[in-house]
Amino acid sequence: MSAVEAAAIDTVGSASRGKAAPARSGLVWLGLVLPLLLALLWEALVAAGLANGRLMPPPSVVGRTLWELAASGELLTHAAATLSRVGAGFGLGALAGTVLGALTGALPVAQRLLDPTLQALRAIPSIAWVPLFILWLGIFEASKVALIAVGVFFPVYLGVAAAIQGIDRKVVEVGRVFRLSRLAMVRRVLLPAILPDWITALRSGLGLGFMFVVAAEIMGASEGLGYLLVDGQQLGRPDTIIAAIISFAVLGKLADGLLVAITRPFLAWQDTARDKL
Amino acid sequence: MLSFDRLSKTYADGTHALSAIDLTVGRGEIVALLGGSGCGKTTLLRLVAGLDRPSEGAIRLDGEIVAEPRADVGVIFQEPRLFPWLCVAENVGFGLSHLSAFEREGLVTNALVRVGLAGHEKRWPRELSGGQQQRVAIARALVTRPKLLLMDEPFSALDATTRASLHGHLLALWQESRPTVVMVTHDVEEAVTLADRIVVMQPKPGRVFDELGNPLARPRDRLSPAFEAAKREALRALDRSLRHEAPHQEKAAETAGMWW
Repeated sequence: MSAVEAAAIDTVGSASRGKAAPARSGLVWLGLVLPLLLALLWEALVAAGLANGRLMPPPSVVGRTLWELAASGELLTHAAATLSRVGAGFGLGALAGTVLGALTGALPVAQRLLDPTLQALRAIPSIAWVPLFILWLGIFEASKVALIAVGVFFPVYLGVAAAIQGIDRKVVEVGRVFRLSRLAMVRRVLLPAILPDWITALRSGLGLGFMFVVAAEIMGASEGLGYLLVDGQQLGRPDTIIAAIISFAVLGKLADGLLVAITRPFLAWQDTARDKL
Repeated sequence: MLSFDRLSKTYADGTHALSAIDLTVGRGEIVALLGGSGCGKTTLLRLVAGLDRPSEGAIRLDGEIVAEPRADVGVIFQEPRLFPWLCVAENVGFGLSHLSAFEREGLVTNALVRVGLAGHEKRWPRELSGGQQQRVAIARALVTRPKLLLMDEPFSALDATTRASLHGHLLALWQESRPTVVMVTHDVEEAVTLADRIVVMQPKPGRVFDELGNPLARPRDRLSPAFEAAKREALRALDRSLRHEAPHQEKAAETAGMWW
C-alpha cells in the first residue's frame, strides 16, 4: 500500500467515525428549545391575562393533568392500549407492505396484476374503511388493528416497490456474475441494497400508524389515548385533550427513536454526508 | 481456449454493436481489446461474461458455448462494484459461500495479502481509496481461481502511479494460476504492458481491425526502446482503425527491423 493510499484511508476513516459525534450529541437537546420557548410564552401570556387559559390551558395546568393521569395509572393504561394496537397494526401492515412491495417491485407480472388495484385502494380515504371494518370485524380490537394496518401498509408498500425498482443494475450484475440463484440474489443483494429505503418506509408507516390509531380509538374504544381525547372533549376538559396529544407526540417520537436505534447498526456501512452537514 | 465464431450483436433499438467477430484466445494468454469509443469492446466482454446474449454466432470456452455467467469466469468491471454493505473480507469472499468459513477466511486473507490490503479485512468499502477498492475487486475476481478473467477498463479511473502498481499486482496474481485474460482498454501503454496480443477494434459496427502480437518478455520495462516501439505500433494501428484505412497499410515498411 502506498503512503498516499494509507493517508487516504486514515483521512476517510477518521472523518466518518470521529469528531462530529460529541457535537451531534450536544445538538440533541436543541430540539427542545422551540417547544419550551412556546410553552413559556403561553404560560406568560395566560398569567398576564393576555390569553384565555380556559380553552387553551397553560403548560402548568396541562402538566398537572398529565401528572395526575400518570399518578393514577390511567396514563399508563391508555398508553399501553394505544401502543399494543399500533404494534399489532404496524406489524401486520409492514409485513404485508414489504411482501407485496417486493413482489411488485421485482416481478413485472406481479406489478401489472397487483399495482393498479393497490393504487386505487390507496386513494380511498382511511376513514371510509371504518364502517366496513366495524361491520366485518366488530367494534373491538380487530377492526382497530385492521385500520392501523391499512395506514401502515401503503407507505411501506410504495417504499419497498420503488426501492427494488431503483436498485443499481451494476450491483445486480455482480450477483449474476457470481451465479446467484433467485433466492440468493434477493437475500444477498436485493434486500441489503434496499435496506435504507425500507427503513425509511417503515418509519413513514409507523408515523401513519400513530395517526390511524387516533381514528381507530375515536370510533369506539374504552381505553387508549384516542379515547382520552374523546373523553376530554365530552367532559369539556381541554387540558386532558392536550395531555393526550402530548402523550401521542412523546410515544410517537419514542417509537420512531426505537426503530432508528434498532436499525442503525445495520446501516453502519452507509457513506452519508450526515456528519458533514 | 476461448473462441468467438462470427459473433454479432444488434440491440433492440437497432444499434449494430458487433459484426462477425472471429477470434481465438489461447489458454493462459492475455489479450487486450483496444479501440476508440463505441467500437463494441465492452459489448464483446459482456457477451463473454454471459451478461448479454449474442444476436448471431457463438462464444465457446473449452468447447462449451457460453450463454450465461459461469463459475469459472471472473469479471472485473470499470468501477469496483463492491457491495457497500459488506466489509472488505466479505466482498472478497462473496463468491466462496460454498466453502466453510475456515477455508473462506484462509483464501480471503491470502488474496488480500496478494493485493497489498492485509489488515483491511474489516473496513467498509467507503473507507478505501479508489485504487484500494479496485484491488478488492481484483481480489474478489481472482480468489475463485477463474479459468477466464474478463476486465473492462478496470484501471481507467485511476491515477498513473496507482495504475502501474495495480498492473504489478495483477500480473503477480496472474502468474499464480495463469488464467486466460481478455481485457478492454483504451490505454495503449496498458495494453502493451499487460497483453500478449493486442486486438485493435473498429467502430460502426464493432469489428476486429487488426491483431498485433507482443513478444516483449515480462517484466516489461516501460522506458525501453522496444516498449516504446510497441506502443508506437499499437498507436498506429489504432489511428488507422479510426481513419478506416486498411489494417496493414505501410506496416511492412515501417516495422521492418523493429521489435516485431
